[in-house]
Amino acid sequence: MGKTLFDKIWARHLVTEVGGDTQVLYIDRHFIHEVTSPQAFAGLRQRGIPVFRPAQTIATADHNVPTRNQHLPIQEELSRFQVDTLTENCADFGINLYGLGHKHQGIVHVIGPELGITQPGMTIVCGDSHTSTHGAFGCIAFGIGTSQVEQTLATQCVLQRKPKQMRINVDGELQPGVTAKDVILHIISRLTASGGTGYFVEYAGSAIRGLSMEARMTICNMSIEMGARGGLIAPDETTFDYIRGRKFAPQGEAFAEAVEQWSALYTDEKAVFDQEYHFRAEEIEPMVTFGTNPGMGIGIGQRIPETPAGNATYQKALDYMGLQAGQSMAGQKVHHVFIGSCTNSRMEDLRMVAELVKGKQKAPHVKVMIVPGSKQVEAQAKAEGLDQIFEAAGFEFREPGCSACLGMNEDKVPAGEYCVSTSNRNFEGRQGPGARTILASPAMAAVTALEGRLVDVREFLNQN
Amino acid sequence: MEKFTTLHSTAVPLPIEEVDTDQIIPARFLKATTREGFGDNLFRDWRYENDGRPKADFVLNNPLYSGKILVAGRNFGCGSSREHAAWALYDYGFRAVVSSFFADIFRANALNNGLLPVQVSQELLHGIFTAIEADPQAALTIDLEAQRIHIAASGLSEGFEIDTYKKHCLLNGLDDIDFLLSIQDQIEAYEQSRRQQLTAAQ
Ligand code: SF4
Repeated sequence: MGKTLFDKIWARHLVTEVGGDTQVLYIDRHFIHEVTSPQAFAGLRQRGIPVFRPAQTIATADHNVPTRNQHLPIQEELSRFQVDTLTENCADFGINLYGLGHKHQGIVHVIGPELGITQPGMTIVCGDSHTSTHGAFGCIAFGIGTSQVEQTLATQCVLQRKPKQMRINVDGELQPGVTAKDVILHIISRLTASGGTGYFVEYAGSAIRGLSMEARMTICNMSIEMGARGGLIAPDETTFDYIRGRKFAPQGEAFAEAVEQWSALYTDEKAVFDQEYHFRAEEIEPMVTFGTNPGMGIGIGQRIPETPAGNATYQKALDYMGLQAGQSMAGQKVHHVFIGSCTNSRMEDLRMVAELVKGKQKAPHVKVMIVPGSKQVEAQAKAEGLDQIFEAAGFEFREPGCSACLGMNEDKVPAGEYCVSTSNRNFEGRQGPGARTILASPAMAAVTALEGRLVDVREFLNQN
Repeated sequence: MEKFTTLHSTAVPLPIEEVDTDQIIPARFLKATTREGFGDNLFRDWRYENDGRPKADFVLNNPLYSGKILVAGRNFGCGSSREHAAWALYDYGFRAVVSSFFADIFRANALNNGLLPVQVSQELLHGIFTAIEADPQAALTIDLEAQRIHIAASGLSEGFEIDTYKKHCLLNGLDDIDFLLSIQDQIEAYEQSRRQQLTAAQ
């Protein structure tokens, strides 16, 4: 029987078995941020132990940081304390920190790939569920809790059960205006928010192969939204081209050698998955969510499905959103548009938005915020003049961070108001207490900002 | 970590599905740098109005229900990896959560904090909700050694699964770091062999 890509990477990182199904997995790269790490460092101090392999942990401040005036001290006291605690911990334990003001600071899942830290065949963890993003490079990357952050700091290992494996194939060609975000929202709407629980997912098929690295990251990023611990895509020329020349990538001859090794990272033809699904790219519409979990999504041309009999949770979600079964989402008025988050805040996303809004104006009643994923993205966007396009359109172009994706800083959506968001979670109150989140692609978000209501980006493209 | 052997307690019913970790503990309460005190904000936005008044219709504010066991609808703990969700439940006083389905990361986080996730069939879950509704004083017994959950009132009982290693840890109050630190030699040997493989490949 053949091996899957996942099997191959897992086997290379297996230190030992513990009994039961629990195994000790060696971790190549560990990312940390200010919110889920302080208690882990406190644990090390309590035990009086150092960080075992400090060079393999990389830190940034992202979740809790303001997206304006980052050169000034953080005003909110608790946030400032948390960020300062990270700075202190990194200094005390010898960890490289890309903190506020550093030219490499940004959302942890944006900077890892961008700096070439994320490479094929690695195991990567972070105290953040969207660590699955890094799987786009052909890694085993998954989110962990703070106790496991402490384990990783202390021993460079985590205890883990080997998950079941699923393959999701997407073949064919995407319609114009349909993006990677729509592909993953479509998949989750079919598999539901728990359809992937217990699994690691490999994405395959011609439509996936045709995607850029940034688009692949968008797909893998949302694996967790169907409950899967992670998702991965076999590395190929697209992957190698992306990594070549990045700061921490192998250089020169070492790069050629690395590519040779990375080229062996694929699923054997005879490998068997516990579960397999097939999708056609042509059938995927621009997607929007209507409920309070990412599985509650429909194509923009569809109507909200009827409440399944006796499903109080479904009805509760519609009530929260102020929407009704049978209603179409197209035409829905919105007050806020948020373009950002580790799902969609990279250069391609920003370029996509700029292209659509260039020379146009946002609708007067909409507040639009664009938050780049990292300092590097911010700088590049400015170098390309995108900031001016955004500002001319009436959008606010902010400084990098998680921002309104989780509303930990001051970037929040007021209660009862609708926000079209390029982030990954539409949970109740995710963007602020009472906020109503509609997840969509950057292209859909851009045209929504112009129209002030949900429109089909395909129609917009036909008319413009 | 505290030991977990047998838990006998009344339970709090939360018959909602897909309870995500943003509901268990909203992000704005994640600014603490210690593990304590999260119980005050457990289910904050379901439990309190914006001005801090308790919402009468939320179960934690209903004096009829109390206990160390939370019983919830399927896919409990989905969403974020925040271990704060497990800390908040534990800090509030829960020692076990019963559901027909748990999200992976939540399950792992709970186990690492002595909070037992008990996965039962949809039928048993339904049976438990019915029993508690009929009598809020109906007690559940969770026996970790025997891996069984019982409701005396209705005579319902079911076995549940748990990884043998994790079971051992809970029964004895051991945590993963103690274990991993004890095999540091093996970890170093692994690193050594990987390095050799790499050099051999070059
Ligand atoms: S952008 Fe949102 S989803 Fe991504 S790491 Fe930050 S908070 Fe988490």
